[in-house]
Amino acid sequence: MRYEALMQRLAQMPGEPQPVGGLVLSRREFLKLSAGAAFALGLYTVPAAAAEAGQASKPSEMPDAFIAVHGDGGIVIQVNRLEFGQGVYTALPMLLAEEFDGDWALVRPHLAPAGDAYKDPFMGMQMTGGSMSVKNSWLQYRELGARARAMFVAAAARRWGASPAACRTRNSVVLGPGGRHASYGELAAAAMAEAVPEQVTLKAARDFVLIGKPTRRLDSPAKVNGREQYGLDVHLPGMKTVLLAKPPVFGGKLGRWDAAAARKVPGVVDVFPVPLDRGAGGLAVVAEGFWPAHQGRRALQVQWDTAGLEKVDSARQLAHYRELAGTPGLVARDDDISALDKAMHRLRAEYEFPYLAHAPMEVLNCTLHYHGDRCDIWVGTQFQTMDQMAAAKVLGLKPEQVAIHTQMAGGGFGRRAVPTSDYVAEAAAVAKSWRAAGHGEPIKVMWTREDDLHGGYYRPAYLHRVDIGFNGSGRIMGWKHMVVGQSIAAGTAMAPFLMKNGIDHLVVEGIVDTPYRLPMRLEVHQPEVNVPVLWWRSVGNTHTAYVMETLIDELAQQSGQDPVAYRKELMQNRHPRHVAALDLAVARSGYGRRKLPKDHAWGVAVHEAFGSVVAYVVEAALDNGRPRLLKATAGVHCNLAVNPLTVRAQVEGAALMALSTTLPDNAITFEDGVVQQDNFNTYQIARMDAMPEVDVHIVPSADPPTGMGEPGLPPLAPAYANAIARLTGKRLRRLPFDLA
Amino acid sequence: MIEFELNGRRVALSADPATPLLWALRDHLAMTGTKFGCGMALCGACTVHLDGAAIRSCVTPLSAVAGRKVRTIEAMEDDAVGRAVQKAWIEHDVVQCGYCQSGQIMSAVELLKRTPQPSDEDIVAALSGNLCRCGTYQRIKAAVHAAARELAA
Ligand code: FES
Ligand code: FES
Repeated sequence: MRYEALMQRLAQMPGEPQPVGGLVLSRREFLKLSAGAAFALGLYTVPAAAAEAGQASKPSEMPDAFIAVHGDGGIVIQVNRLEFGQGVYTALPMLLAEEFDGDWALVRPHLAPAGDAYKDPFMGMQMTGGSMSVKNSWLQYRELGARARAMFVAAAARRWGASPAACRTRNSVVLGPGGRHASYGELAAAAMAEAVPEQVTLKAARDFVLIGKPTRRLDSPAKVNGREQYGLDVHLPGMKTVLLAKPPVFGGKLGRWDAAAARKVPGVVDVFPVPLDRGAGGLAVVAEGFWPAHQGRRALQVQWDTAGLEKVDSARQLAHYRELAGTPGLVARDDDISALDKAMHRLRAEYEFPYLAHAPMEVLNCTLHYHGDRCDIWVGTQFQTMDQMAAAKVLGLKPEQVAIHTQMAGGGFGRRAVPTSDYVAEAAAVAKSWRAAGHGEPIKVMWTREDDLHGGYYRPAYLHRVDIGFNGSGRIMGWKHMVVGQSIAAGTAMAPFLMKNGIDHLVVEGIVDTPYRLPMRLEVHQPEVNVPVLWWRSVGNTHTAYVMETLIDELAQQSGQDPVAYRKELMQNRHPRHVAALDLAVARSGYGRRKLPKDHAWGVAVHEAFGSVVAYVVEAALDNGRPRLLKATAGVHCNLAVNPLTVRAQVEGAALMALSTTLPDNAITFEDGVVQQDNFNTYQIARMDAMPEVDVHIVPSADPPTGMGEPGLPPLAPAYANAIARLTGKRLRRLPFDLA
Repeated sequence: MIEFELNGRRVALSADPATPLLWALRDHLAMTGTKFGCGMALCGACTVHLDGAAIRSCVTPLSAVAGRKVRTIEAMEDDAVGRAVQKAWIEHDVVQCGYCQSGQIMSAVELLKRTPQPSDEDIVAALSGNLCRCGTYQRIKAAVHAAARELAA
C-alpha cells in the first residue's frame, strides 16, 4: 500500500490541481476481457515498484473489468467504491459515461467486488472514505470512458472504411460520414477486437453533457420498492443467522458459561466460543433466523472475566482530561504567542465533546460461505482490501482465496472502515469454528442496534482548553490551545503515516491548519483509553470546527464586529474559496439585508474539510424559550460539482447529522466500563420534527472536483451555537447542548 | 400454523407465534424489503400495514396478524397511492442509503390514505417515528406533498 499517499490524502491536502483535457496517461495497462459481455475493458494501475522491476502482473491475473457493453446496448459500469448513501453509484458512472458518450438510460452500475484493479489509484487500496471517491476517480473513470469510446469509433470506422477522425459519437451511437451510424450495442463485439489506445484526449469542461448536470440517483427505483439488496438482506440456501454474545467491557474474556437453555430454544443450531476483536472472547449463537438466535442469546448464562481491564467512567474521564489539560502536552504548532499575556482582553474557554456512535440505520453484518480452501464474503464495507486480508488471516487463506462481494450498505459514516476489520474478522472466526464443527452452510453474522451502540469504534470524546489574548479591535495577540482525547490512528496500520512526532493529524485537523491568521501554540494529550475509536463523518473536524468557529464568532462579538467581516479580515485574502462560499451563503440567506423577527438570530460558520469548503448562515429562534434551528443556508465550494443534486443531498444530510450532535442524548457514556446507551431511546438521533430547511448553493467552478461526503457537517453545529449565543447570551461549550 | 393475507395472497406459517412479523417476513418468507433498524419500535424501518394501519412489524408477534391483512413495501407498486409516493420519491431524489425508505414510504402511504392533503405538521406527526440517519427528511416532506398533489389531480 502506498501509505505516503494515504497520509497525504487523509491529511486533507486541498485538492491539488489535476490536468483537465489533452492528458497523456502513463504507467497504465488496459485489459480487454470478455466476461459474458460483448465488450469489456479493465484498467490496471501498475504498482510503481513492480513496473520498475519489469514484473507487472499479466492481464490474465487481473480479471476485473470496469465497463462492459452488451449486445442490447446495456452498459455495465463497475463502481469501485461502497455506495452507502453518498451517491457514487451515480457519480462514478457519470464520469465514465461522459467520456464514453454512452446513453445514460442504458447505464447499469454494479458495486465492484474486492480486486486489485479496483484499488483507489492514489491510495493503493480499495476503499471508500475521506470524501475521496469522486476526487480520486475523476481522471480514472473518465479515461476509461474515453478509451472505450475510441475503440467503438475505431470499430465503426473500420466497418465503414472511414477515418476515425471523421466519426463522432453521441448517446451510444457512432456517427460516420454520409449519415452512417451504428449503435454501441451492435459494435460491441467488433470494438473488442480493436487495440486499446495508448493516449486519449479528455473532453473540455464546456463539452460536458452529464458532468455538472443535476442527475437523479440510479439506485432510487430499487430503494423505493424494497428490491434493493443490502448486506443484511443476503439470503443463501441453508444459511444460518448468528448473534454474538460479547463482554460488557471492551476486551473482556469469556468466563464460565452454560448454553443448555439456549440450545433448547427451537431453531438454535449451535453455540460455541469465538475469539473476538481486541483479544476479547465471546459466544456465537447459530440459529435458523434472527428470532431463535435472539432468544438463544438471551437464554445464555455467562460470566465475563473483566479483571485487569480499564473500566472507563465518563465523569472520571472528564476529570482526568481536565487534569491533563493543565500539564504540558505534545506541541503540534508553535507560533510565538508571547504577546498573549500583554493583551488587553482575554477569552478563556473549555469545551467538552462526548463519544459518538455512527449508528448507521443498517446494523453491521457479514455473510460468509467458507469452503475450506476459499471463502465468499458478502459485506457492505468501506475497506475491501483490508477486510479481505483480515478474513484471509483468520481463515488461514491467501487474500485471493477470499472473494468479497461488496453489498449496498445502509449508511456507515466511517463505521465500515475499520483498520482492525472488527466485524469481518469476528464473522470469519465464527465461520472457521462453524466449519470445524462439521457444518458447511453459509452464515450471516449480524448485530442488533444494542450491539451497534455497545460495539465501540466511536468518535472519541475530547476536551479543548483555549486561552486567547486580543486587543480592542479584535486583533488576536496569542492563541493557546490544548486538545485532550484519544488518537484514532495510533496503534493502527495507518499510524506511521497519519502521525507526526507522535501527534495524530486526525486530532488536530481543523485547528493546526486554520485559515485564520493568528499566532497559535497548539498542544495535545492523547491518552490511551480502553475504548476503541474511529473516524466518524468528517473525523477531527467534528469537534475542531466547533471550537474554532464558535471562538472566532465570540471574538467578533466581543470586539463589536460583524462575524462575516471579521472572518474575512482574519483570512487576509489568502483563502478565496472560503470567502466565495461564505459570500454565497450570505447572499442567498439575506444575512445583513433581511431583518429578522424578534427572538430570531443569525449564526455564521465556515470550515474546510477534505479540500471542500462549506459555509453556513443559519437562522435560529427561541420557541417557548428553547432554541430551534429554522433554516440553514449553505455556500459550498467543492470545485466542479459533478452531480449538484448529490452535493446538495450530502449537505442536507450532513447538516442533519451535525444537528443530531447538539440534541439531548446524542452521546455515548460509560459507567464502570459499560456503555450506558442501548438503543434509539437512549441514544437519540434527530427526527423529522428537528429538520430545519436546508438551502444549498454551490460556487460555480471548473476546477477538478473535491469531495462532499463529509464537509457539510463541521460548520453546522457552530453556526447554530453562534445563533443561540446571540439569542440567549449563552455560549454553549458542551455537546450535546446543555440548554437547561 | 398461522394464516394471514400478505400482499393479497394467503400465507400459512408454522413459526413460533411469538416471532415478530418482521422476522417472519425476512427469514421465513425471504421478503427483505421490510427492514430491521432497532427491534424496539423506535426507528420505523420495519413499518408495514396491518389492515391498513401503519405498524412496527419488529414488535408485532405473528400471532397478532392471524387472519388479518398485511401489506409490505413490495406491494406498493400495485397501489395507486404507493405508486404516486414512489414516483415522488424518485423525482425528488429522496433516498440516500435508502435503508429507512421502505418504512418512510409505508408511513407516508398510510398518511395519504388517511389525510389526502396533509399539512407539514401532519407529515411530521405521521413520520416522526421513522428515523433517517442520512437526513432525507426535507425531501421526504416535499415528496409527500408532491404525491398528494398528484393524487388530487
Ligand atoms: S426495527 Fe421496528 S421500529 Fe425499528
Ligand atoms: S436514507 Fe439512509 S437512513 Fe434514510
